[in-house]
Amino acid sequence: MNFFNILAEPVGVSHYLLVGAVLFTAGVVCMVIKRNALGVLMGIELVLNGANINFIAFGSPVLRGESTVSIGLDGQAIALFVILLAAAEAAVALAITLNFYNNHATVDVDRAEDLKG
Amino acid sequence: MELEQTLPILLGLAWITPLFSFVAILFFGPRMGTHGKNAASVATAAIVCSFVFSLSALLMWIGVHGMSGGSHGSHHVLLKDSQTVLVAGAAQWNLADHQPSGSEDASEAVHPAHDADAAGVQPEDAHNLHHSPDSSDSHGAGAHVPISYSGDWYTLFKVGSLELTIGWYIDALTLLMFVVVSLIASCIHIYATGYMHDELHEVIDHEVHLVAGGHLHRPGRFSRFFQSLSLFCFSMFGIVIAGNLAMIFIFWELVGICSWFLIGFYYERKTASNAANKAFILNRVGDFGMLIGLMALWGALGTFRFADSVTMSLDDGKPVVAKGLFNLVRPAENDHQLIVPDGMVKASASGEIAGIMIEHATRPRDGESELKSRISQWRSDGLGSWLLIVAGLGIFCGCVGKSAQVPLHVWLPDAMEGPTPVSALVHSATMVAAGVYLVGRLYPILAPEVLLVIAYIGMITLVIAATIAMVATDIKRVLAYSTISQLGYMMLALGVGGWVAGLFHLITHAFFKSLLFLCSGSVIHACHTNDMRRMGGLAKVMPWTAGAMLIGCLAIIGAGIPFVIGFSGYYSKDAILAQSLSFVQNNPSHQILFLAAAAGASLTAFYMFRLWYMTFAGEPRDHHVAEHAHESPLIMVAPLVVLSFFAVVAGWSFSGEGGLTGLLEQARPAGTSEGASHGLLQVSLMIPAEHESHQGAVHRSATLVAFTTAALGLLAATSLYLWKFVSVELLSRMFGPLVIFLSKSWYFDELYSFLCMKPVLLVSSLASGTDRHAIDRFVDGIAWCARRLAVFDDWIDRFVVDGVVNATAHATWNIGLKMRDFQTGKVRQYVMFIVIGTIALFVLASMLWNSTIAG
Repeated sequence: MNFFNILAEPVGVSHYLLVGAVLFTAGVVCMVIKRNALGVLMGIELVLNGANINFIAFGSPVLRGESTVSIGLDGQAIALFVILLAAAEAAVALAITLNFYNNHATVDVDRAEDLKG
Repeated sequence: MELEQTLPILLGLAWITPLFSFVAILFFGPRMGTHGKNAASVATAAIVCSFVFSLSALLMWIGVHGMSGGSHGSHHVLLKDSQTVLVAGAAQWNLADHQPSGSEDASEAVHPAHDADAAGVQPEDAHNLHHSPDSSDSHGAGAHVPISYSGDWYTLFKVGSLELTIGWYIDALTLLMFVVVSLIASCIHIYATGYMHDELHEVIDHEVHLVAGGHLHRPGRFSRFFQSLSLFCFSMFGIVIAGNLAMIFIFWELVGICSWFLIGFYYERKTASNAANKAFILNRVGDFGMLIGLMALWGALGTFRFADSVTMSLDDGKPVVAKGLFNLVRPAENDHQLIVPDGMVKASASGEIAGIMIEHATRPRDGESELKSRISQWRSDGLGSWLLIVAGLGIFCGCVGKSAQVPLHVWLPDAMEGPTPVSALVHSATMVAAGVYLVGRLYPILAPEVLLVIAYIGMITLVIAATIAMVATDIKRVLAYSTISQLGYMMLALGVGGWVAGLFHLITHAFFKSLLFLCSGSVIHACHTNDMRRMGGLAKVMPWTAGAMLIGCLAIIGAGIPFVIGFSGYYSKDAILAQSLSFVQNNPSHQILFLAAAAGASLTAFYMFRLWYMTFAGEPRDHHVAEHAHESPLIMVAPLVVLSFFAVVAGWSFSGEGGLTGLLEQARPAGTSEGASHGLLQVSLMIPAEHESHQGAVHRSATLVAFTTAALGLLAATSLYLWKFVSVELLSRMFGPLVIFLSKSWYFDELYSFLCMKPVLLVSSLASGTDRHAIDRFVDGIAWCARRLAVFDDWIDRFVVDGVVNATAHATWNIGLKMRDFQTGKVRQYVMFIVIGTIALFVLASMLWNSTIAG
């Protein structure tokens, strides 16, 4: 009903949000179902980027359709931080993965259970 | 230097030297030579030094004042320590003015501060002499005032008007006592060096049986013995030189503790430690009375000082005279006759005084003047007399304890548990002499009623002790009872007004009693037993001891050729009997005092010669003892010879009036020589003046009575124990109950046991029963309850408190265990949880949002 109405509307915030939600969900699912550590990392990237799209969408004055006193860059700035963070995180995560591989000769996250209770 | 300055220094040195010896032996005693052997030398050297100091002091005194008692010059002289005196114009008061001749001059009574140039005086004048502004000379009347010097070395403390000082009061009596005590103590020290030689090595005390069997082995206590002897002498000198009653009391107690040390010297023996305690405790009983007497004097008169003291007023530099006890009770204004002092009258009339002060509340000065006018009225009403009598009786109580008078005499025979030299010292020069000395010293303040009590106590004592001595078989106990009896004589003499007679006997007795004790020590040393029934025939083996003891016996019974010459006891005992006779002639109702004294002389002769015959004469009763006996070494015999000499000559007078009695006359309390004293409450009581007893008739009959009674006693002893006309055993059987009664010492110990110890024990057993059965039960019950409560508490703690804590911990533990299962280590699962959790949160939030907040 409402959901399908969206397709009939002009592109607005809700469309972006929809794309972001799809991306986010895809990322989460990817994280859940992938046993390969690299796959999980990709899922994470997807989740982050899904969130990024939301930031961008909420941050765009055009999309919000209003002229506010904001300089209109707050959403983009956060998105940039997230990208940066994602890059850093990927670097660390890849390093961990590499080490894990060196030790266990696998990248299966289910095998990484040394710290389980 | 002048006599007034020299005497305190010399006697002070004589006094303090034994203290140095005591301190030295206390700290270094055991290290003095092998086993403390040199401690004896230190102590002996100290006491000999004391003797030399005392003797030179006495010789200086004789050089100035002569030996006769004839000088009636009045010159009480005061010397005050410079530290307390801001001296005013006393500098020009030269000693020369105070020679007997000068002092007759009535103009001397001029107030020194009247001199115009009194103001600028140097501090070093402090040691100059202040003439007492006592104006007795101007009163004329020829009242005899003793020559004395007094002053203070050191003020212990001063609270209000209470001033405790270490001071001196020196008169002929002080000097004589110093010489006698130091001479006898020197002899005893030398003697003890030989007698106590056993203590140099390890001692096996055969009288102490150990629980484990066998006898006690202990290290010798040679140095300790001499240490106590030194302290004893120091204390006795302190009493003799004391210038006030507080100081006397201090040294009085020191003498007591020394006697405790020495009587309990063999303290491992139960009997010795008991005897020491007995002596000490009985003396406390007496001292309780003495404290009452001191409080009465202090409370009413506000001074403990004997003599007047002159201090310079800080305001105007005039000398202020604080009257001493002697001058308060026998004021110079009253020709030194005894009156109740103002302070005591006021203390007794406090009710009337309060009335007068209220009446004159607005004008107190009128009240004061009315008070003054009423005092003589009150005095003649008899107010305050009782206070004076109580003060005198109280102080006499202390003397009863120290001088072993009935009823506190029971400690003295037991004190024989101490080593014999100690007995000699205690019985002659130090402990028991202190009581008689104090009565003599305080004689001016003793009311005639008090003197009567003293006379009767002395009379009872002398008879009781003499009868007990007749049957005693322990050689030292005979001498102990003899001492008590002789002390009774002294008290009797003082009580009937024979001041010189009593103190004369004190001195002569000191010589012959120390001699007798040292002889008995020599005998015991030779025989190793005290039992006279095992001795006999010792004169052959111990001629020196036997001879010395014979001299002592003759001296104590007062042997002599009547009216010609005799042993020392002859003079002193005659004086006592003469004074008693003079007393009963004036007070016929007290006839018994003379009769008892005369009978006592007879008993004395009997028991002393019984002792001598049983010990030295006849055949040996115990051959083992006789074979073992030997004469004592020279170091023990030499003191016997010295003391024998004095026992013979001490009573002799030289150049007419001279001699001991002459010297004592110089110290006779003011106002007791010329006039008779009448009782305060009982006017018929009259204490006759002593010089009356020197008059021909009285003295002659007394001498004859004394000689006859003593001869009778001697005869009885000789016929029973030497010639054996009648068997002693037969006599004892005939008078069986009496002999038992006497040998049980009149059952005094049993009486005290019944009167004092039994009730005390009963009360204490009651108290202990109450303690055990009531208080302890109660306490135990409380403890039981507390214990139960604690058990309950423990249960609560263990099961409730701990239970809660443990349950919490247990639950936490279990929850933790359960939670472990969630931490699988599978990342993907975690993500699932996150997702599910997030969704759940969203769902929850939206439901709540709808239903509660938004809804």
